Amino acid sequence: MSSIQNDNFSFDEKSQGLAKIALAKYPNDRKQSAVMPFLDIAQRQNGGWLSQPSIEYVAEQLEMPFIKVWEVVTFYTMYNTKPVGKNFVQVCTTTPCWLRGSENIVKACKEIISENQCDVAHNNLFSWMEVECLGACVNAPMIQINDDFYEDLDYESTKNILQSLIDNKPLKIGSQIGRLGSRGANNAQ
Amino acid sequence: MKKIKVDNKEIEVDDHLTIMQACEEAGKEIPRFCYHDKLSIAGNCRMCLVEVEGAPKPVASCAMPINEGMSIRTNTEKVKKAREGVMEFLLINHPLDCPVCDQGGECDLQDQTIAYGAGHSRFNENKRSVKEKHMGPLIKTYMTRCIHCTRCIRFAEEVAGVNEIGAVNRGENMEISTYLEKTIDSELSANVIDLCPVGALTSKPYQFEARPWELKKTETIDVMDAVGSNIRVDTYGWKVKRVLPRLNEDINEEWISDKTRYACDGLLTQRLDEPYIRIENKLTTSSWSHALTKVTDLLNEYKADEIAFLTGDLCDLETLYLFKKLADQLKINNIECRQEGCNIPFTNQTQYSFNTKIANIEKSDCLIIVGSNVRQEAPIINARIRKHKITSNLPIAVVGENLDLTYDFTHLGDDLNVLSSILDGSHEFSKKLEAANNPMIIIGNSILNRDDSISIFSIIEQLIHKFKFFHESWNGFNVLQIAAARTGALNLGLFKQGNSLEKIYQSIEQNKIKLIISLGADELEFPRINKAKVIYIGTHGDRGANTADIILPSAAYTEKDGLYVNTEGRLQHAYKATFPPGNAKEDWKIINELSNMLSFDWGIIDLPNLRERLKSEHAELFEFDNNKINKYERLLANKAPTADFKNSNIEYLIKDFYLTNAIARNSKTMAECSLARNEAKD
Repeated sequence: MSSIQNDNFSFDEKSQGLAKIALAKYPNDRKQSAVMPFLDIAQRQNGGWLSQPSIEYVAEQLEMPFIKVWEVVTFYTMYNTKPVGKNFVQVCTTTPCWLRGSENIVKACKEIISENQCDVAHNNLFSWMEVECLGACVNAPMIQINDDFYEDLDYESTKNILQSLIDNKPLKIGSQIGRLGSRGANNAQ
Repeated sequence: MKKIKVDNKEIEVDDHLTIMQACEEAGKEIPRFCYHDKLSIAGNCRMCLVEVEGAPKPVASCAMPINEGMSIRTNTEKVKKAREGVMEFLLINHPLDCPVCDQGGECDLQDQTIAYGAGHSRFNENKRSVKEKHMGPLIKTYMTRCIHCTRCIRFAEEVAGVNEIGAVNRGENMEISTYLEKTIDSELSANVIDLCPVGALTSKPYQFEARPWELKKTETIDVMDAVGSNIRVDTYGWKVKRVLPRLNEDINEEWISDKTRYACDGLLTQRLDEPYIRIENKLTTSSWSHALTKVTDLLNEYKADEIAFLTGDLCDLETLYLFKKLADQLKINNIECRQEGCNIPFTNQTQYSFNTKIANIEKSDCLIIVGSNVRQEAPIINARIRKHKITSNLPIAVVGENLDLTYDFTHLGDDLNVLSSILDGSHEFSKKLEAANNPMIIIGNSILNRDDSISIFSIIEQLIHKFKFFHESWNGFNVLQIAAARTGALNLGLFKQGNSLEKIYQSIEQNKIKLIISLGADELEFPRINKAKVIYIGTHGDRGANTADIILPSAAYTEKDGLYVNTEGRLQHAYKATFPPGNAKEDWKIINELSNMLSFDWGIIDLPNLRERLKSEHAELFEFDNNKINKYERLLANKAPTADFKNSNIEYLIKDFYLTNAIARNSKTMAECSLARNEAKD
């Protein structure tokens, strides 16, 4: 668990609404089934990562032992146990993206964000990390920034996207070469 | 019954068995790591693969139920290859450090590699290494050796009832850990060491102490609580190196408490090995003959009613018998074994025993616990209650402090007056008792040592006679004793009707009692007896010896053959694993010599001889039958009024689980455990 921790944690009004919806999907005596949506809600509220108080809060809400929630948190890669930047950049480097030049994307991230993965840089604006396949292989290479995919990237377009976030004028999400859905490169069907 | 074939041999087995159990019935050994009979089935080690006719792939036999007509093969080439493959995978990351591993010589992985392994590995890549985890003062971890069988996780969750161990991360990076590497807060935690099939979890106090084949093994009985867990004591030379559990389904199954396991290092420190006499307020060593002469002089000097005989928690039955004989011969009335201060004038064994028997807890359908912190007073019984609770959803109610007992219960408050409302039917819990066919009550000594104990006992007697606590096949009345010697001492009559420790204290304070012979009584309120002279017969330089004027050193429970009666009334033999230190003597011999010096002609020459006498006078002790239902004999007639208890809060007797007797108090390991628990609380 990270050495950086926030003091305490509890769901705000928005999270409580979401938690209620998640909880309603499961029978009363099976509320621990809602552990994954609860952790997701907590992570979103907590700025993209799960602190110790937030994990323990979720455990208490669902009447689960701390260790059982901690097992779930460490099992899934989409829960972050360390602080991340406001824009959390996940660069896919699995085979299809790698074949299409994902190392250039990594290079762009290193230049603009930070030399090392997971470092929070630019005054909390960014952190980046390499991840395994995000399931957009047809439009490889790609990155995910928070909930959004940016596809069909190269070194230049990645830099542009990151710069646009620094300038607070985000570029449009999706394919950066104008591809529609997963059509051929020239939008041929 | 189902008919199956195991290696072409036809057998008939129970319907609900798994393939592995059926194979065992057929006399075939199936190797395994993750499967354990007392835990749930995980099926993740894959070592138990067998071939089933018709199945395309080998089958994990621990998790597969049998079917009618199934034909199982355990000795084919395919099974052999499958086992070799599994072993090869398990050994990929396992270090080759058997020469420095404490598990060496009693390691499942080592044994099974020899029996089922291929003898070589084709793995040339890097091995992974895992950081050590902190799990408290008892469990030493070496997590690189872990093969992820998850037995420890399942034990903590299912038996100990503390959800504190888990598997974090995934795949190749999976590691077993406690949450944030905290100490496991359980009285049964060290059982995971026995469960671990490899050397990942080993014993911290025992690390690098000895090899299993160097140790002398003695099967004996534990005295740390009144459960009488069956244990094996391993000794190297004079020293007791470790204590391990033995299987006994009627008592401890295969678990023992951490105190049972680790208090044994207290047997090496602060031992009394010479007789001592206090001269000018300083204890000086003396010879046996001189010390015994002094004792006889004192016994002759004081009148019978100026002497009190007190016994402790760890005495064996033979010594208690002789002690009582000595008291009778000296016509001493002040004899008391109930150190916790119980003052009920018992008339029958059923009034102070665990009549239901430990194994029969699993037949109960309603349980009420009054004034007993079962988790600390008898962790093994608590584990049995938990086992029954989670398999049958037994309704449990507790009168007393609201503590974590590792299972859910209805807390009826710590006010004893609630008993009256249960009795008159106005309480909700009465309905549950009413509906139950085999209700049980467990009474702790915490409510039997008060001024108003008699009224409490009376109300409980009315309660148990109102509901179905007794019938032909059931006796649901239980008093949970906390001392190994207590039930036996009460059986032998080492107390007097109407007397109690409190009265003896008062007589001492009024100078009516001037001499105390203490047989290992270490839990007294010592400031209250300092007016009297004390002759202490015991093992440790502990509380009892500190105030003594004459000390006669005796043998601890591992150093003598002895009989012990557990809280159920079960008589068990303990055997001598090692010798008393220095000039210390076995307890019964001390009393016997004393009687010779007082010219009482008992004619007891050896232990078998003594046991014969004991048996002829107390035959009922030797007739324990686990299946017999003892008929409860009522102590108080229906006369006592329904009392309104003042000061009705219950204070539990055990303040610190790890430091309840002289041996435990002198154990370094127990001190560390106590410290770790107190630190965790703060």
